[in-house]
Amino acid sequence: MEFPILSLMLAIPLAGAMACLFLGAQSARMVALVATLLNLVLGIVLWMNFEIGGAQWQFVERAEIFAGFSYALGIDGIALMLIMLSVFLMPICILASWDAIEKRVGEYMSAFLLMEVLMIGVFAAQDMFLFYIFFEAGLIPMYLIIGVWGGDNRIYASYKFFLYTLLGSVLMLIAMMWMVNEAGTTDIPTLLNYDFPPAAQTWLWLAFFASFAVKMPMWPVHTWLPDAHVQAPTAGSVILAGVLLKLGGYGFIRFSLPMFPEASEQFAWLVYILSMVAVIYTSLVALVQNDMKKLIAYSSVAHMAIVTVGLFAFNVQGIEGAMMVMLGHGLVSGALFLCVGVIYDRLHTREIARYGGLSINMPKYALFFLLFTMASIGLPGTSNFIGEFLALAGIYKVSTLVTLVCTTGIILGAAYMLYLYRRVAFGDQKNADAAAMPDLNAREWAMLAPIAAAVLWMGVYPESFLAPMRQDIAALEARIARAAPDFDADNVIGTPREHNANYVAPAHGEGHGEEGAH
Amino acid sequence: MSYATSLYLTGAEIGLSLTGLVLLLVAAWGGTKSARLLTMVSVAALIGAAIFSIGLFDRATSEVAGRAFGDLYRADAFGSFAKILIYLASAAVLVVTPRFFAQSGSYRAEYPVLLLFNAVGMGMMVSATDLMTLYIGLEMSSLSSYVLASFLKQDGRSSEAGLKYFVLGALASGIILYGVSLVYGFTGSTNYEGIRAAFETNFSTGALFGVVFVLAGLAFKVSAVPFHMWTPDVYEGAPTPVTAFFASAPKVAAMGMLLRMAMDPFAGEVDSWRQIVIFSALASIVVGALGAIGQQNLKRLLAYSSINNVGFILIGLAAATQAGVAASLTYVAIYVAMTVGSFTALLMLRAPDGTNLETFADISGLSTKRPALAWSLLAVMFSLAGIPPLFGFWGKFVVFQAAVQANLVALAAIGIAASVIGAFYYLKFIKVMFFDEPTREIETTSPLSHWAVLAICVAIISPLGYLLTIPLGEWTAQAAASFVAAM
Repeated sequence: MEFPILSLMLAIPLAGAMACLFLGAQSARMVALVATLLNLVLGIVLWMNFEIGGAQWQFVERAEIFAGFSYALGIDGIALMLIMLSVFLMPICILASWDAIEKRVGEYMSAFLLMEVLMIGVFAAQDMFLFYIFFEAGLIPMYLIIGVWGGDNRIYASYKFFLYTLLGSVLMLIAMMWMVNEAGTTDIPTLLNYDFPPAAQTWLWLAFFASFAVKMPMWPVHTWLPDAHVQAPTAGSVILAGVLLKLGGYGFIRFSLPMFPEASEQFAWLVYILSMVAVIYTSLVALVQNDMKKLIAYSSVAHMAIVTVGLFAFNVQGIEGAMMVMLGHGLVSGALFLCVGVIYDRLHTREIARYGGLSINMPKYALFFLLFTMASIGLPGTSNFIGEFLALAGIYKVSTLVTLVCTTGIILGAAYMLYLYRRVAFGDQKNADAAAMPDLNAREWAMLAPIAAAVLWMGVYPESFLAPMRQDIAALEARIARAAPDFDADNVIGTPREHNANYVAPAHGEGHGEEGAH
Repeated sequence: MSYATSLYLTGAEIGLSLTGLVLLLVAAWGGTKSARLLTMVSVAALIGAAIFSIGLFDRATSEVAGRAFGDLYRADAFGSFAKILIYLASAAVLVVTPRFFAQSGSYRAEYPVLLLFNAVGMGMMVSATDLMTLYIGLEMSSLSSYVLASFLKQDGRSSEAGLKYFVLGALASGIILYGVSLVYGFTGSTNYEGIRAAFETNFSTGALFGVVFVLAGLAFKVSAVPFHMWTPDVYEGAPTPVTAFFASAPKVAAMGMLLRMAMDPFAGEVDSWRQIVIFSALASIVVGALGAIGQQNLKRLLAYSSINNVGFILIGLAAATQAGVAASLTYVAIYVAMTVGSFTALLMLRAPDGTNLETFADISGLSTKRPALAWSLLAVMFSLAGIPPLFGFWGKFVVFQAAVQANLVALAAIGIAASVIGAFYYLKFIKVMFFDEPTREIETTSPLSHWAVLAICVAIISPLGYLLTIPLGEWTAQAAASFVAAM
C-alpha cells in the first residue's frame, strides 16, 4: 500500500484542531498557521505526484472500519484541483484572522482547522455515505464561526445558514440510501457507472438538486448566502465563498450529472431558467448594495449561475469552463473579501459611502483591489476570463438564448464591480478617517500577493489547471453524451425542394403525373 | 428443561431482587446514614447484572432458545441486549443521583432500592414472552417509577408529577390490560407463540381491537404521540436525576417490550398495525419538535426531545423487518448515551449556592465559564439533532435506511425532513451557550463521578463512536434475529 497522503492531510489539521482547543491565543495562531502550511505543502506534493493521464482514481485508500460504509479515499483531477484550492486558501484565512479575531482565539482556530479537515474529506471521499458525513459535518464549524465571531446580526444568519443547508441535504441522504439499496454498493466510482432506471432518476435528481442548489447557491434559494457572508468574520466569508460554495458544483459534477444523465437532461431547462434569472437578478441587486460584503456575496450568486449553465451544457467546454469558474471564483471572491477585510479592520464599517479615494492614501491596496476587480469582471489575462469564456462557449452549443442572457450578466458584472471600485478607490477623499488609513502591512501583503499570482497564472497559462482534469472531464462527457440536449440553433437540414426557386410550374396538371411516375 | 436452567436464565433479575431485598433490610435498620453505601452496592449490583447479561447474550440462544419457566420468559439475545442497556443506564443515573438530593438533605436509602426493583421489572418487560409476565414486569417497573417521581416529598411539583404519572400510568395499564384480555379471549392463549399461531389461522375484528389497545397502552409507556401528554409535566416536575432515569432505562424497556410485542405475537398482522405506527412515528417527530421550540425549561425541552426521538425509533419498527428492529435497537443504544449525557450535564449545572439551574437563561454564555461542560453539551446537542459526524447521526441513519429498504421511502423522506425542525431547538442550546453573554454565576467544579459518566457518554457519541458501528450492527442484528426472521 502506498503512503496514505490523503489521510495525513486529514489528520494534520484534525490534530491541530484538537491542540488549539487547549492553547492560548498566540500559540493557537501559530499552531493553526503551521498546520495549514503543512497541509499546503502536502497538497503541493499531492499535485506533483498526481499522474496526469494515469489511473482515474489515484492515491486510493480503503479501510473497512465502519458498518454500512467504508473509509474510502481517492481523488481524480477534479477533486485534486478543489483540494488544492482549499489548502491554498486556508493559511491565508488564518493570516486574515491573525489580528481581527481577539476573543476565544483557540476555539476559532480549532473551528477553522476542523473546517479544513471536512472540506478535504468531502473532495477525497470515495464512499457515498462518507461523502455525506463530511458534507454535512461542515455545518457545525461554520455555524460556530458565524455565530460566535460574526457581526451584529450573526445569530439570525447562523440559524438561517444551518437550517437552510440542512433541509437541503437531508433529502439527499434518503436518495443516497435508495441508490445504495438499488445498486448494492456505496462505492462512488462504481455508482458513477451504474444506470438507474430513468423514472427513478427523476426523483433522485430532484433530491440531490435540493441539496446542491442550496449549497451552490442557485436563485431562489440563495438568500442565506448574503446574510451568512455579511455576518461572518472575514476569513469565514473567504472560506464560504472560496470553498463551501464549490461543494454544490462539485456535487453536480460528481453525482447529478454522471449518475443521472437522463434526469439531468430532463431538468436542464430548470437549471437554465434558474441560472438566467440568477445572473440578471442578482447582478441588478448587487448594483444597488451599500454594503461591500453584500455586493460581493450577490456577485458570487451570479458567478455560480455561470457554473451551473456550464455544467449543464453537457459538453467538454462547458464543464471545463464551470470548473475553471469555480477555481477562479474561489480565488477572486476570496481575495475580494480579504480586500474588504483589510479596510474593515481599519475603519470597522462595510458601508461603501464611508470610503473614497483610497488610491491616494493606500496605493498598493488599490492596485491589488483593482486586479481582483478586473479578475471578477473576467478580463482576459485573469483566471475568470478562461472559465467564463469556456462555460459560455459550451452553453452556446446548446442554447443561444441562455448564452445571450448570461453574457448580459457578465456586462452587468462589470458594471457593479467597476462602480464599487470607483466609489471605494477613486474620487475625492470624502472622509477624513478613511483618508488617514495606512497602506498594506507585511501580513496583508502575504495574504494578497499569493492569490494575485495564482489569479494571473490561471489567466495566462490555464493549461496547468486544465491538464489534470482533462481526462476526467472527457470521461464525464462520454458518460453523459447519450443524454446531451440538442443545439437549439442547429442548422436544420430540411428536405430538398423539388425545383429551383425560379421554377415556374407548367400550366397543365401533367407535371404531377410525371412525378408520380418517378 | 430443568428448573436450574430457568433459574440460571433469569439470574440477572433474581440477583437484583435478592440484592434489593437485602438492601431493603439494611435500609430499614441503617436509616439514611446507609444511603451512600446502598447506592454503591446497587450500582455494583446493576453492573454485575449487566455483565451477567453479556454472558447470556451468546449462550442463551443455544440452550433451549433461552426459554425459562415454561416459556413465560425468554433470555434471548434481544432481551440480553436490552437488559445490558437498561442496567448500565440505571447504574449511570444512580451514580449522579446522590449529590442532587444531598443538597436538600432529602436523599434516603429507599432510593437505590426502588431503582433496583424497577430494574427487575424492566428486565422482565423486555424478556417476557407471555402476557402475564409482561404485565407483572410492567407494573413492577411502573409502581416504583411513581414513587420515584414524587421522591421530593416537600416539593409540590414533585408530588404533582408523581400523581400525574400514577393516574395516567394506571390508565395506560388499564388499556393494556383490556387489550390483553381481548387478545386472550380471541386466541385462548397468553403465550406469544400461541397468540401468533392463533392469529395465523384466524384474525378477527375483536382481536384487532385487542392489538390496537395493547399497542396504544405501550405507546403511552414509550410516550409516543398521541399518548405523550404526561411526559413534559412529569419530566419537569420530577427531581432531575429521576427525570434522567425516566428518559433512559424505562424508555429502553418500554421500547423493547413494544418491539417484541409487535414483531413476535403480532408479527403476522403487520399490515393491521403498521399505519398506526407510521402515524405515531411521524406525529411524535413533529409534535416533539414543535412542542420544544417555545420551551424555556431545559428538562421540559428534553422531554419533548425524548418524544421526538421515540418517533425515530418507531420508524425502525414501521419497517417491520429484521433490519428495522436492529435499527431501532441501535437507535435506542445511542439514545441512551445521549440522554444520560445530557441529563448528567444538566445535573452539573449548579449555582455557587447549590441550587440547580434548569432554564435557558441559566446556561447563557456557559462556554466562557465552563468550556469543557459547554463543549460536551454541544456534542450531545448536535448528536441529538442527528448532525454527522456525531454518533446520533448513525442512529437516524440506520432507521431511515431500514425504512428505505422496506420500501417506505415516503415515510423516510417526511421523517427526515421533519427532523430539521428538531434541529432548530437543539441549535438554540448551542446558541445560548456559545453566542450569548454570560448572565449568572455558576459553580465552577463538579465531582469526578459526574465527569466520568459524562466523559463516557460523550466518548460514545463523538465520532469515535463510528468505530462501534460494526460490533453494534452485529449485536443488534443478532438481537433482532431472536424473534424476527430475516427477509
